[in-house]
Amino acid sequence: MSFQRRIGPDGVPGFVWHGRRLSLALDWRPLLVTLALLLAAAAIAVLAMTIGRIPLAPADVLAIVFGQGPGGSAEQVVRNVRLPRVLTGFCVGAALGVSGAVFQSVSRNALGSPDIIGFTTGAAAGALAQIVLFGGGPTAVAVSAVLGGVVTAVLVYALSVKGGVSGGYRLVLTGIGVGAGLTAFNGLMLVKGDLDDAVAANLWLAGSLNARTWLHVLPVAIGCVVLIPMVALLARPLSMMEMGDELARQLGVHVERTRLVAIFLAVLLASLATGSAGPIAFVALAAPQLVRRLARSRTLPVLSSAAMGAGLLVVADLISQAMPFRIVVPIGRMTGLVGGIYLIWLLTRARRL
Amino acid sequence: MTTHSSTTVSAGQLPARRQARRRLAGLVAFALLLALLIPLSVVVGSRPIGFEAAWRAISAFDPANSEHLLVVHLRIPRTLLAIVVGAGLGVAGAIMQALTRNPLADPGLFGVNAGAAAAVAAAIAYLGTANVTAYMGFGLLGAGLAGAAIYALGDLGRGANPVRVVLAGAAISVVLLSLTQIILINSDERIFDQYRHWTVGSLQGRGFEVMGPVSLLTALGLGIALLLARPLDALALGQDLSRALGTNPARVWSLAAIAVIVLAGAATAAAGPIGFIGLTAPHLARFITGPSHRWLLPYAMIVSAALMLAADILGRVIAPPGEIGVGIMVALMGGPFFVAMVRRRRIAQL
Repeated sequence: MSFQRRIGPDGVPGFVWHGRRLSLALDWRPLLVTLALLLAAAAIAVLAMTIGRIPLAPADVLAIVFGQGPGGSAEQVVRNVRLPRVLTGFCVGAALGVSGAVFQSVSRNALGSPDIIGFTTGAAAGALAQIVLFGGGPTAVAVSAVLGGVVTAVLVYALSVKGGVSGGYRLVLTGIGVGAGLTAFNGLMLVKGDLDDAVAANLWLAGSLNARTWLHVLPVAIGCVVLIPMVALLARPLSMMEMGDELARQLGVHVERTRLVAIFLAVLLASLATGSAGPIAFVALAAPQLVRRLARSRTLPVLSSAAMGAGLLVVADLISQAMPFRIVVPIGRMTGLVGGIYLIWLLTRARRL
Repeated sequence: MTTHSSTTVSAGQLPARRQARRRLAGLVAFALLLALLIPLSVVVGSRPIGFEAAWRAISAFDPANSEHLLVVHLRIPRTLLAIVVGAGLGVAGAIMQALTRNPLADPGLFGVNAGAAAAVAAAIAYLGTANVTAYMGFGLLGAGLAGAAIYALGDLGRGANPVRVVLAGAAISVVLLSLTQIILINSDERIFDQYRHWTVGSLQGRGFEVMGPVSLLTALGLGIALLLARPLDALALGQDLSRALGTNPARVWSLAAIAVIVLAGAATAAAGPIGFIGLTAPHLARFITGPSHRWLLPYAMIVSAALMLAADILGRVIAPPGEIGVGIMVALMGGPFFVAMVRRRRIAQL
């Protein structure tokens, strides 16, 4: 086993790790950006756990997280309230970032996100129907949302398959059609529903990290740990498919199978995220675009998208908790503000994209 | 309907001419359909009016007759507005997709829907605005400001980078929509009640005060758009080739952006955000015409006007005694049809 410096085909510095039979070539920049983003997200997460009704020092928070706390109410608050909240945000952000990266690659479209396959609108339709028509509790709403999203995604994929081939373009168009119909259904629920139900539905649509417990953390955390590495293994074939199905096939990629598996994993990630925190706007769309501009990686940026998504959500959560006025800013709206303003700033700064 | 894919055009002189004739016939057929829908729209509603009474309301208007008042002051402007809004949104969507070369692009991407929504929500919450004419004023203001911001951020005056414009539009839209929701969540429930009826898109209660200014703006936008049909075809070949063919990409981009902002801004101010038409009408038109904009723009205009009017008529009678807004109706009607078309046809890509 050995390390070796390496300059990529377009002059990008990197290194190669040689194992006994396998070797792994990596570029420095994406690796460093991913590590920096993860560190920043972790630091902000610790900061977010210090504020609240009982202010704590960062050192105390760290001690409690690593099981060396003094005990008492502070430990209870961190263990059962603040840590689950922060972890939910972290994992939801990572899941959405990866999901967005996959969909942008599969659809070859900068506007791609789980929404192009109707997932987000389907989830909203499930939740709104539960709130307005059946009046279920929070758990029922979360389950209906996930069901609605998954059913919609399956429907869109099934409708777009023709002769065993789905094709990026037809997938996008079918998603538009089904999504439009569901958006109309959601509008109908909001307008014709009882005003109290409509207000509750509108709040759900904004996403939330309030009152998260370990029950919210576990599904999405396990999902991230299991599914994100699987997506990372698909990064290479997916990048080749961005050059076109035919070319990728000649390079030895099982195009249709790869696409199906990638979409399946991405929808699973998005549905776990939506089940834990409701629909969170814009992370799936913004995170892959932001890291592409920061890391300039040449393959699909899976891990860095996860790090960026987690970072965005944790920052948005910190700001929404630290708001000085008595303004309620739901986390889903805060991600829209933070991600949107960051993207605007990046656009004003960069001459070439 | 026979083959419509763009690949058959190259088969020689005669088929091309026959195809042009067939496309013209299709356009005339859609125009006739629209002409049939207009009288229907005047008589159908929560209070049905006979064709005869409707005709007398126009030919011999009697201000003391409530049916006549209804026809002249509500039904007719509403009908015309549906056509104007539909035509504007359809063309704006077609241009938007041509410019960004992105099938997911809708006119709302220039931030006009989000801008109008933010302005209307702020007006309802902080100024107590409660009538459709004032909504139109604030809607125009918000749409204009948001459009200008994206024009500047996307560097539209200096030429064209589709991805940059798309991202600038998405970023500004999401910021404005978040602000809108934050305003709503932090205000009284009654304010949300007003806003939710505006935001699904409706033509209910729009009279001549709304129709007049919106028609003027739409006419201006359509004029610019139709002039751009040939340059847009050239631009579809890529910037270098289009420059060699004598177009100026930067000028086409900035004019087209202005057309989209004017058309979509006016439509959204008049009827609330209606996403479906701008997104799908160009695709529907492209199934028939292929990618050439000289046919695509007129088709998109007339198909979406007819779709809009039909949806508005149906929305008035489908759920008595209330009515379902045209924004919801048009997507409920058009969504399944659109999916069926996607499955059936060979797709003419952008």
